Formats: sequence, structure tokens, C-alpha cells
Amino acid sequence: MIKRYILSGEDFSIAGEASSSFKAVLKKLGIDAGIIRRVAIAMYEAEINTIVHGGGGECEAEIEGNKITLVFRDQGPGIPNLDLAMQEGYSTATEEIRELGFGAGMGLPNIKKYTDSMNIETEPGKGTTVTLVINL
Amino acid sequence: MRLSDVKSVLNAKVLSGESESQLNEKEIHTACGCDLMSDVLAFVKDQTLLLTGLINSQVIRTAEMMDIVAVCFVRGKMPTEDVIELAKEKGISLLQTDYPLYLSCGLLYSKGLGVKND
Ligand SMILES: Nc1ncnc2c1ncn2[C@@H]1O[C@H](COP(=O)(O)OP(=O)(O)OP(=O)(O)O)[C@@H](O)[C@H]1O
Ligand SMILES: [Mg+2]
Repeated sequence: MIKRYILSGEDFSIAGEASSSFKAVLKKLGIDAGIIRRVAIAMYEAEINTIVHGGGGECEAEIEGNKITLVFRDQGPGIPNLDLAMQEGYSTATEEIRELGFGAGMGLPNIKKYTDSMNIETEPGKGTTVTLVINL
Repeated sequence: MRLSDVKSVLNAKVLSGESESQLNEKEIHTACGCDLMSDVLAFVKDQTLLLTGLINSQVIRTAEMMDIVAVCFVRGKMPTEDVIELAKEKGISLLQTDYPLYLSCGLLYSKGLGVKND
């Protein structure tokens, strides 16, 4: 089963709707609560990154066989230094985003912690694709 | 601790419309006082009450993702109606206290909330 979500970069207040809706799908399927929690956290962090850093994009969430795969694509600025971006505490978030409670530089490390595999393809000026896998 | 006890310790108002007996049925084991949703997403455990001075809709989204049972807004902060509606839709209880964050956490801790849990 594949679910597709458009992640608008226009309105930060609706960020999280995709994660919320996919969480409900997983609940309905009766997936283990611990797994749902890991998917929800990783997906929400990645959704917010796509919206605030990538300027919006799309997400494909697939449940097949023994795993859940989440793919986030944006055509934003890309990540110039991935090692740096992966470090706890590194953030380029704006003051506006910080005032809303984000921008601690915890998202990517947190996604890594909660997923079984994480792959980021990024090119400055072209965009970023983040692929996350959580085994069932 | 039950949410009804939290309400009385913090002299809080209920924004999400639950009755006293409904609050009595909701149990929390620990609390987290935090204005940083990034940290909540990284560290918070189950059956938690979130105390925060932030009132935007991402506070509710964060609570939803973390299965946080209830949110208490501190320092008399008042969220907008759409934020309250989102919380109701997700079954997250909303409280509001005039006490600041430090005092709110201290009061709950001194009543034993989260003392034995990690
Ligand atoms: N899709 C993206 N496009 C461009 N840059 C990105 C993207 N995702 C992450 N980054 C860069 O990586 C940095 C670290 O991301 P991370 O999610 O760890 O922290 P954050 O989003 O800044 O803060 P937090 O997630 O704690 O709210 C970001 O500040 C940004 O510079
Ligand atoms: Mg982030």
C-alpha cells in the first residue's frame, strides 16, 4: 500500500498533517504501537524538514512485506555539508521557526535513532531526497 | 497522578472541555516542561504531561506524535480556537495555568509526579 502526501511549504501551521494521517492508517492496520511511535516521530521530523528547509515537497509512504518505507522529496536548497547537518545541535533554522519551538538541530539525529535505515541524497541548489526504512 | 489532581495543584483551567470525572480517568506518570518541541520529540516517554509556554498548532502535533496525554499552557498563555479544536479532535486534554513553567514543574514534582519514574 502506498500513500502520497503533498507537503506545502506555504503554511507551517499544517505541517504534520501527513504524519498524522499516516499514523491513523498504521493504527487501523493494527501495527505494533512501538513501531507506530517510531514511524510517527521520524516522519514528523522529516515532514517538518521538507517544509521548513526544503520549501515544501512530497512524501511517499509505503507499507509492503516486512517494512515501512518513507520517501521525502523537495526541490529546495539542498544540504551543502551532510556530516555537519547530521550533528546534534547544528541548525540553520530561522528565528521565526525557533520561536515556534523548532530549530534545535535534533531532527536528523532523532530520525536516525528511530529508523532502521536512513539515506539522504542531496545536491546544493537542486534539492533533497530522504529515504527512511522501519522494519516491521 | 490524575489530570484532575494536576488541575488542582496548578489551579488550572480546562480548555478542552472535559468534566472533572473525565479528568479523573486520565492518568499521567511523568511530566516534561519544555519550550523546545525538538527536545520533546527526542526525549519524551509515554503517559506524559507536557508543560509549555508555546501555544502554536505544532505543540499539539508534537503531542499527537508522542502520544502525550495532556498539555498544560503556562504563564496564562491562551492558544487560538483552532489549536484547541485540533487537540479535542486528537483526544489531547488541554489545561492552562497562570503559574510560570519553573513553578508549575516544581509544584507537580513536590506532589510526587515523576519522582519515582525515570
Ligand atoms: N530537506 C532539507 N533541505 C535543506 N536543508 C535541510 C533539509 N533537511 C535538513 N536540512 C539542514 O540540516 C539541518 C539540520 O536538520 P535537523 O532536522 O537535524 O535540525 P533542524 O531542523 O534545524 O532543527 P530541529 O529538527 O531540531 O527542529 C537544518 O538546519 C538544515 O540546515
Ligand atoms: Mg528538523
